[in-house]
Amino acid sequence: MVTFRYAVNVTPRPGILDPQGRAVEASLGHLGIEGVSDVRVGRRVELTVDAASEPAAREVIDRLASELLSNPLIEAYAVEQLAATSSRRSDATSVPASESPTSS
Amino acid sequence: MTVRVGVVVFPGSNRDIDAVNALQVAGAEPVRLWHEQASLDGVAAVIVPGGFAYGDYLRAGVIARFSPIMRGVADFAGRGGLVFGICNGFQVLAEAGLVPGALLRNRGLRFVCRQIAIAPERIDSPFTRLVGERRPLRMPVAHGEGCYFADPQTLDDLERDGQVLFRYVHDDGTPAEPGDRANPNGSLRAIAGVSNAAGNVAGLMPHPETASEAILGSDDGLAIIRSLVASAAERQASDRPLEFAAR
Repeated sequence: MVTFRYAVNVTPRPGILDPQGRAVEASLGHLGIEGVSDVRVGRRVELTVDAASEPAAREVIDRLASELLSNPLIEAYAVEQLAATSSRRSDATSVPASESPTSS
Repeated sequence: MTVRVGVVVFPGSNRDIDAVNALQVAGAEPVRLWHEQASLDGVAAVIVPGGFAYGDYLRAGVIARFSPIMRGVADFAGRGGLVFGICNGFQVLAEAGLVPGALLRNRGLRFVCRQIAIAPERIDSPFTRLVGERRPLRMPVAHGEGCYFADPQTLDDLERDGQVLFRYVHDDGTPAEPGDRANPNGSLRAIAGVSNAAGNVAGLMPHPETASEAILGSDDGLAIIRSLVASAAERQASDRPLEFAAR
C-alpha cells in the first residue's frame, strides 16, 4: 500500500448563482479594493488515500468527489495531488486559526 | 385499518415531531424510522422530515443520502411507494436523485423563517388530491438552502410533464419571481415543490406539517398531509403501486 495525499477543489459551475461570491465581491469596496470581479466561493477538501497504486487511488478519489464531495448538477471539482510527506501529522498544527466550520 | 406512515429520523432531524403530529391529526398512525435501520417496517408511505440531518455538513442532505434508511427509501420509491420530503427532506431526496434539481443557498444568503404562500400546480397528484381548488396555501418556510435550481431544459421538461407540484405565489395566486419577497429564496420559476417522473416521490421546501392546525397559525398544510394519507391508505388496501403517472 502506498499513501497518497489529495486536495479536491469544489466550485460552483459557471452560470450557477453564487450568492456567497456576490457577497464577498460586494464587500471589496469596503476594503478600498478595485478591479476584482467574478468571485466564486467553493470548498477545498484534503484527504489521504491508501491504495496499491496512484491510478487506484485516483479512482477512489474520483468516485468520492463525484458522489459525495460535489453535486454534479451544480458543482465541478478538480483533483490536485499533494506532497504526501507526514501530511497526517502536520494536519494537527496546520489548521489556520481563522478557519472555523461554516454553518447552514 | 389505520394507515401507517413512516417518518424518518436522522441525527439532526427536528421537524419529525411536527410530521408525527400532523399525521395523527390526519388520522394516520405515524411510525418513526431510525436512520440506521434499512427496513421501512411495512409502512404505506414515508415522510422525510425537516431539520439538519447530520448537521447539514458538506451540503444539506448529502450525508443523509448514504444512510441505511435511505437505501430502504430508494428501494421503496423504486417500487412505486409514496415518499414525501419536506424542507431538509426535500434536500435529501434531491441529493439522492429521487427528485430532480438541486437546492442552492438562498439568493439573499439569509436563513428565512416566516409565513409564505404556495399554490398547487396540480390538484390530482397523490400529494394534493384533497386540496380542492387551486388556491394560495399559507405555511411557514424555515431554511437557508431552498433556492430551487435546475438547468433551463430540465425546467421546461418538468413544466411540460406536470412535475412542478407547487409554486411560491403572491396573495392573488400569481407566481412570485426570484427577487419578489413572496419568493423567499430566489427559486427559479417560483418552484417550491416537484415530483419525480412517476409522480410517487415529491419534495417541498415549505412546511405543510407545521401548518396542520389552526392553533399553529394556519391549517392550510393539512390538506397536503391528508392527501398523502389518503393515497397511502389506497396503496395499503390494494398493496399495489398507485395508478398515477405524470401527464
